[in-house]
Amino acid sequence: MELFLTGWLTSLPAFAMPLLLAAVGLILSERAGVLNMGAEGYMAMGAMTGAVVTLTAGNPWIGVGAAILAGAALAGLFAIATVVFRADQILAGLATVALGGGITAVIGRPYLHKTFTGLPRLDPGALADLPLVGGLLFRQDLLAYLGLALVLLLWWGLRATRTGLKLRAVGEDPATADVAGVDVQLYQAGAVLACGALCGLAGAYLSIVSSNVWVEGMVNGRGWIALALVIFARWNPARAILGAVIFGGADAALPRLLALGAQVPTYLLSTLPYLLTILVLVLAALGGRRKDAEPRSLGLAYIRQDRR
Amino acid sequence: MGTAGPQTAPLLALSGVSRSFDGVRVLDRAAFDLKRGEIHALLGENGAGKSTLMNIVTGVYAPEGGRYLIDGAPAGIRGPKDALKAGIGMVHQHFRLVDRFTVAENVLLASGQLGLFANAGEAARAAMEAGKAVGLAVDPAAIVGELSVAERQRVEILKVLALGARIVILDEPTAVLTDQEAGALLLAIRKIAAQGRAVVMITHKLREVAGHSDRVTIMRAGRTVISGAPVGTLSAGDLGRLMMGEETSPAEAAEAGVIEAAAPITIAKPGEERLIVSALYAGGGQGSVGVSDVGFTLKAGEILGVAGVGGNGQQALAEAIVGLLPVAGGHLTLDGWELGEFSVARRRDLGLRVVPSDRFASALIGELSVADNLALTRVRTGRYRSRLGSWLVGRRRMKREAEQAIEAFAIAGATPARRARLLSGGNAQKLLLARELEESGSGVKLLVAHSPTRGLDVKACAFVHAAIRKAVAGGAACLLISEDVEEVRALASRILVMSAGRMVGELPAGASASQIGALILGQA
Ligand SMILES: Nc1ncnc2c1ncn2[C@@H]1O[C@H](COP(=O)(O)OP(=O)(O)OP(=O)(O)O)[C@@H](O)[C@H]1O
Ligand SMILES: [Mg+2]
Repeated sequence: MELFLTGWLTSLPAFAMPLLLAAVGLILSERAGVLNMGAEGYMAMGAMTGAVVTLTAGNPWIGVGAAILAGAALAGLFAIATVVFRADQILAGLATVALGGGITAVIGRPYLHKTFTGLPRLDPGALADLPLVGGLLFRQDLLAYLGLALVLLLWWGLRATRTGLKLRAVGEDPATADVAGVDVQLYQAGAVLACGALCGLAGAYLSIVSSNVWVEGMVNGRGWIALALVIFARWNPARAILGAVIFGGADAALPRLLALGAQVPTYLLSTLPYLLTILVLVLAALGGRRKDAEPRSLGLAYIRQDRR
Repeated sequence: MGTAGPQTAPLLALSGVSRSFDGVRVLDRAAFDLKRGEIHALLGENGAGKSTLMNIVTGVYAPEGGRYLIDGAPAGIRGPKDALKAGIGMVHQHFRLVDRFTVAENVLLASGQLGLFANAGEAARAAMEAGKAVGLAVDPAAIVGELSVAERQRVEILKVLALGARIVILDEPTAVLTDQEAGALLLAIRKIAAQGRAVVMITHKLREVAGHSDRVTIMRAGRTVISGAPVGTLSAGDLGRLMMGEETSPAEAAEAGVIEAAAPITIAKPGEERLIVSALYAGGGQGSVGVSDVGFTLKAGEILGVAGVGGNGQQALAEAIVGLLPVAGGHLTLDGWELGEFSVARRRDLGLRVVPSDRFASALIGELSVADNLALTRVRTGRYRSRLGSWLVGRRRMKREAEQAIEAFAIAGATPARRARLLSGGNAQKLLLARELEESGSGVKLLVAHSPTRGLDVKACAFVHAAIRKAVAGGAACLLISEDVEEVRALASRILVMSAGRMVGELPAGASASQIGALILGQA
C-alpha cells in the first residue's frame, strides 16, 4: 500500500502540472473577459512543437521555449479573430482546437513515436528518500518547480499589481476600464497570448517531461478538463492548484490501479476524469457561488461606441 | 470669478463640433468653453446632446469636424486616456464603477498608469484626503456594488479628484440625491471650483443654475443656443425658454422654473385597502440595508411617499414587494392576496407595476429594441398573439404600439427598432414609464415607483407626475419611494420616512420640507 501511495504521489505532478498550467492560462484570459475554448488546441501545439524541436535541436529546454511560442502563436490567431475582429469567442475557440489538431497532425507525423531525453530531474539524494512525500517534493524535474512558482506569481500578480487590477477591471466592466484609460483590447490580447503560452507550456510538459515522446492526440481532453477547472477554481489561480491536484490525482491513479490488477474495464476507468469533471461542475453550479466569481463581461465583445 | 487672473486662453474651448449616430445628427456645430475656477452649468432637455458633447470632451466619442483646444492649443485627444492625461475627469450619468471592486480599487484603477504595484492603501488615503478637502467621505474598504446610488456617486467624484483633474464634469449629479445630500454636494462643488479646477455641471434643475453656477451653456436639439453666458444675465424664464424653444410661452417657461415645487395635489378620497405590509423583514446583510419591521397600509387612490436618504432600505422594500427579494418575516398582501410565495409574473398579473431606481439593471434590456422592451412584460398576456397561432408573436402590433408609446411619451431619439441602450438617460426612463403606466386605469392596481423622475427634464418630470396622478385617479395605488423631498411633497398624500431599514415617522400631505428633513436626520 505504501509503495502504491508513494508511487502515486511521486507521479502526481506529471499529471497535475499540465492541467494547472493550462487552467491558470485560461484564468488569465477569462479574467480579462475572453472566453477561451482553445486550450486543447494550444496544448496540442505545445506538445507537438516541444517534441519536434527537442528532437531536431537536441536540447529539451529549446523545445520548451518553442512550445511556449507555438501555443502563443495559435492564441495570437484567436486573439486577432476575437479581440480585433470581435468574432464569436466560442466558435473561434472551437475552430482553434480543430486548427491545432490539424497542424500538429501534419507537421508532427514524421516525428511520431520517436523518443528523446527530457528535462533533468532533481536528485538531492537522501531527502528524496523521505517516506511517502520524498519523491513528490524532491524528485521532480525543474519545470514542475518553476511552473508552480509561476502560478503563485500570477496569483499574486492578479491581486496585487496594477496590471492585475486593470486586467480584472477589463473582464468585469470593460466600459469602465476604458474610461479609466485602460486599453481594453491590448489587455485582452495580452491575456489571450499569455493563455496560449501557458497552454503551450502545459503541452510541452506532456511530451517533454511526462512521456519523452510525441503521440498524436496525446493531450486527450486535458484542455477541456482545464476549462472546467477554471470554474472549479472560481477564477482564482491558487484554488486551481487544489483542483489540479484532485483531477491530476484521479488521472495518476488510473494506470496504477490497473497495474495492481483492478478488475475494471479500461475504457470505463478512463472516463473517470470526465465523470469527475461533470460532477465538479454540477457541484459548482449547485453551490451557487459560480456567479459570484465569474467575470461579469466574460464572453462579450466590447465595442466602445456602444452606449453603456 | 475664481482664481483666474487676466483672462488668457480658456482652459478648454470647443467650437463647431458635430456628431451623428446612424445618420442622425445629435450634435450640430456646438460651442463650449471653460475657465479656471468656474462652475459651468450645462442645461438642456432630455436628448438635447449634453452627454454626447461631454463624451466628446472626454474622448469617448470622436467629434466630426470643429475645433477642440486645451489651453489655447489643439487638444489632440484621441481617446479617454488622452483626456485623462489632459486632466479631464467625468462622473457619468450611468456610473462607471467596477461593482466588485472596493472603493480603493476603483480609485486605483482610475489613477493613472504609473507603478507596477497596486497600492490600494495609498489610493484609499488619496481619495479620503481629496474627499475631506471638499467635505465628501466614503469608506475606502467598502465594496462598490453594495453602496447606495448616492454613495457610488461620491466614489465617482473622489475618483476624479484623486486623479488630480483640472476639469471635473458631472453629468446630472443631483438627480440621484435628496435635498440635503444635494445641498452638501453643491457646497462640495463650490469648494472643488475654489481649488482652481473648472467644474461642468449638467442639470435639469433651473434653481441649481441660478444659485450655484457662474456661467451657463444651453443646448437644444444638438445646438448650443447659448454658450457660456454669465448666469446673472438670464432669468429663470429666459433659461426655460432657451431650453425648450421659442414656441414655449413665457408662462410655460416660468412654470418650468418652479415645477419641482408644484402645489400639493388633492386626490380622490382613498378607497379600499390595496397593499398591506405588516412586520416585514427582507434583505440586508453583506453591507446592504434591508427592511426591518416595516408596516403600513396603502389604499386605492392614494400615493404613499417614502422619503429618506438613499441606501436606507428603500431598495429592499421595493424588491420585496416586486418579488425580487424573499420575504424573511411578516406579511405582504395585495388586494387580499398573500404575496409571499408569488412569482414576479403572478404579482404583475395582480396589477403590480414597477419603476425601479436603476432602469437598466432591472427593468429595461439595453440590447433589445424599443418595441421588444415595451412588449417584454405584456407578451405573456397573449396580447401580441399572431393570427397564425397563439405561440407566435405579431410583430406588427408590437411595432404599432411602440410607435404610439413613443409618440404619447415623447421619447426623443427612439424608433421601434432602435436598441434601448442608445436612448439618452431621460428618454430611457420615459420608455420604461411608457411600458409600466400605459394601461392606466385598467390593469394597474399598484405602482411601485422608485425615483421615477431621476434624470428627467422639467417637462418630462411634469409629464411623469401627471401620469402617476392619472393612474391613481383611475383607482391605482402608488408607493412612491424617492430621495427627492420636493417630489414626495408634490405627489404624496401621506409621507413615511425611512431610516436604517425602519419607518421612523409618518407625516400628512403638506408637511414642510424641513419637517421631513428633521425626521430623515433623526431630529424629530
Ligand atoms: N452611441 C449612440 N448611438 C446612437 N445614438 C446615440 C448615441 N449616443 C447618443 N445618442 C442619441 O443622441 C441623442 C442625444 O443624447 P444625449 O445622451 O447626449 O442627451 P442628453 O442631453 O444627455 O439627454 P438626457 O438629459 O436625457 O441625459 C439621443 O437622441 C440619443 O439617443
Ligand atoms: Mg445625458
